[in-house]
Amino acid sequence: MSLRRLHPQQPKHFAWTADNALWADRQIAKYPPGRQASAVVPLLWRAQEQNGGHVTEPMIALIAQQLGLSRIRVLEIATFYTMFNLKPVGQHLIQVCTTTPCMLRGSADVVAACKKHIHPNPETVSADGKMSWMEVECLGACVNAPLVQVEDDYYEDLDGPKTEALIEALRKGQRPKPGPQGINRLNSAPEGGALTLTGKE
Amino acid sequence: MLADKDRIFTNLYGQHDWRLEAARQRGAWDNTKALIERGHDAIINEMKKSGLRGRGGAGFPTGLKWSFMPKQSDGRPSYLVVNADESEPGTCKDRDIMRHDPHLLIEGCLVASFAMRAHACYIYVRGEFRREYKIVEAAIEEAYAAGLIGKNACGSGWDFDCYVHHGAGAYICGEETALIESLEGKKGMPRLKPPFPANVGLYGCPTTVNNVESIAVAPTILRRGAEWFSSFGRPNNAGTKVFCISGHVNRPCNVEEAMSIPLRELIEKHAGGVRGGWDNLLAVIPGGSSVPLLPKAICDTVLMDFDALRDVQSGLGTAGVVVMDKSTDVIAAIARLSRFYKHESCGQCTPCREGTGWIWRVMERLVRGEADPSEIDLLFEVTKQVEGHTICALGDAAAWPIQGLIRHFRPVIEERIRTKRGTAKPMAAE
Repeated sequence: MSLRRLHPQQPKHFAWTADNALWADRQIAKYPPGRQASAVVPLLWRAQEQNGGHVTEPMIALIAQQLGLSRIRVLEIATFYTMFNLKPVGQHLIQVCTTTPCMLRGSADVVAACKKHIHPNPETVSADGKMSWMEVECLGACVNAPLVQVEDDYYEDLDGPKTEALIEALRKGQRPKPGPQGINRLNSAPEGGALTLTGKE
Repeated sequence: MLADKDRIFTNLYGQHDWRLEAARQRGAWDNTKALIERGHDAIINEMKKSGLRGRGGAGFPTGLKWSFMPKQSDGRPSYLVVNADESEPGTCKDRDIMRHDPHLLIEGCLVASFAMRAHACYIYVRGEFRREYKIVEAAIEEAYAAGLIGKNACGSGWDFDCYVHHGAGAYICGEETALIESLEGKKGMPRLKPPFPANVGLYGCPTTVNNVESIAVAPTILRRGAEWFSSFGRPNNAGTKVFCISGHVNRPCNVEEAMSIPLRELIEKHAGGVRGGWDNLLAVIPGGSSVPLLPKAICDTVLMDFDALRDVQSGLGTAGVVVMDKSTDVIAAIARLSRFYKHESCGQCTPCREGTGWIWRVMERLVRGEADPSEIDLLFEVTKQVEGHTICALGDAAAWPIQGLIRHFRPVIEERIRTKRGTAKPMAAE
């Protein structure tokens, strides 16, 4: 458990874009009548994305109204689930996995690169506003450790220098190809080529 | 070694396209109508005969679990919920199934739902798996467009709807009742059992929650027969299994192998061996972060299945194999897991909420050796107080790695305390 609160400074207003409003209706329709509360996580997630990466109070109010929930029910979702950021993040949020499988393969070097090239402190936006980083728990790609998540993408098989190169590329507005970085392997297959499923039998 | 022809996940690495046409060429959706025509109970009986045990960690027999669902509806609908909230440190198999073989999963959802007389299924994907979510979503759309699911799925006369849902970063939502709470739009806090989900689950209706891998192997088991599946592995530990080998090995990877494969063979054949050779091995966590670690002496001979690992006071769990070589600070490696459980405790039960934080703080001191030797026993005792005294198994999962550490590496902890106090015994050679 960790203590999580909304940021003291909050905007006055939040409204869905036209596309997202339609999308939200489609999400609600996935669940049986009267069970629209089920859509709260997907809706908050889309709202966070629309807002550039963090959840705000007006957003919570709007979604509560839309789903017929009291505000506290949506606020407790926003504070319980750790992928909801409660304060502003950089244009790119680098989420560094540091749980044991990543730790064993050098996630400390990845963290060091983030400290050096983004900000010495986690969850703090860099001076140019482009980046922030945070430590997260197991991202579920342990055979490609260590790794980071940037928005929807996983960048895998990292080390210090590869992380620095990734940060530099993102800063320049480039988007390197996700997946294993600088290593001869296909996704979760072993380095140097798969030993099974080779079609050679 | 398991032959490629006996592998269920033939696109595990994403060498081929995941889309419907390619999936069909690999055998997915091959006459699914005929599988359904066998009838609800015949499917469940075949699954029971196959010996499949749940692949999400607990190893409960899948066919038996399916048989708990009501055969006559009392007016409430039944649901299948697929647990794709894969977050156990060391485990990354369901991700590969979702991104590379999503049609095996969706076909499994249809067959399993039909067997349990459910017309709707929700696949709950962890929030971080954004790409995987989108692939499963797109695969579901393909299946609807091809008439494989939806009204009269596969021409079988059974109506079936499949939806994909996602979370937002909470390990606890992998616990089945927490997952149901989360899917209902609440905080992921586990429910007391009974009532069990098969009686009162999602929206108060009969529900079965199964792991991705358990569901995705079902169509292949039905097509090739229970005897084929149970021909792999020892009795009571049947089948093939996706293993994830991470940590200090030369070539970490996922691989589908036969159950009961020796741990050493698994690591050496598929993951290029331990870094620096087998003799450089310190310990292995054989089944994801929740199971106690094993020292090298046990790893030399142990088999990778439920019963063999239980016999050495560990477990197969999710088959996430985390390898540590002799360079590892094993106390720090386990302390990091304690931090994980402290972070992921939902806070509902006091022994877990307070215990995981307490355990982590003591572990951090043990890493530095700033402790009294008597605290090792105290720590062990506290983990025993947490274990079994919480609604869900997260408390147990937080306790077991510590117990394994103390059981096998107590001298390392004691040595560190002595060194810190400057009372280290002189080495014989000095």
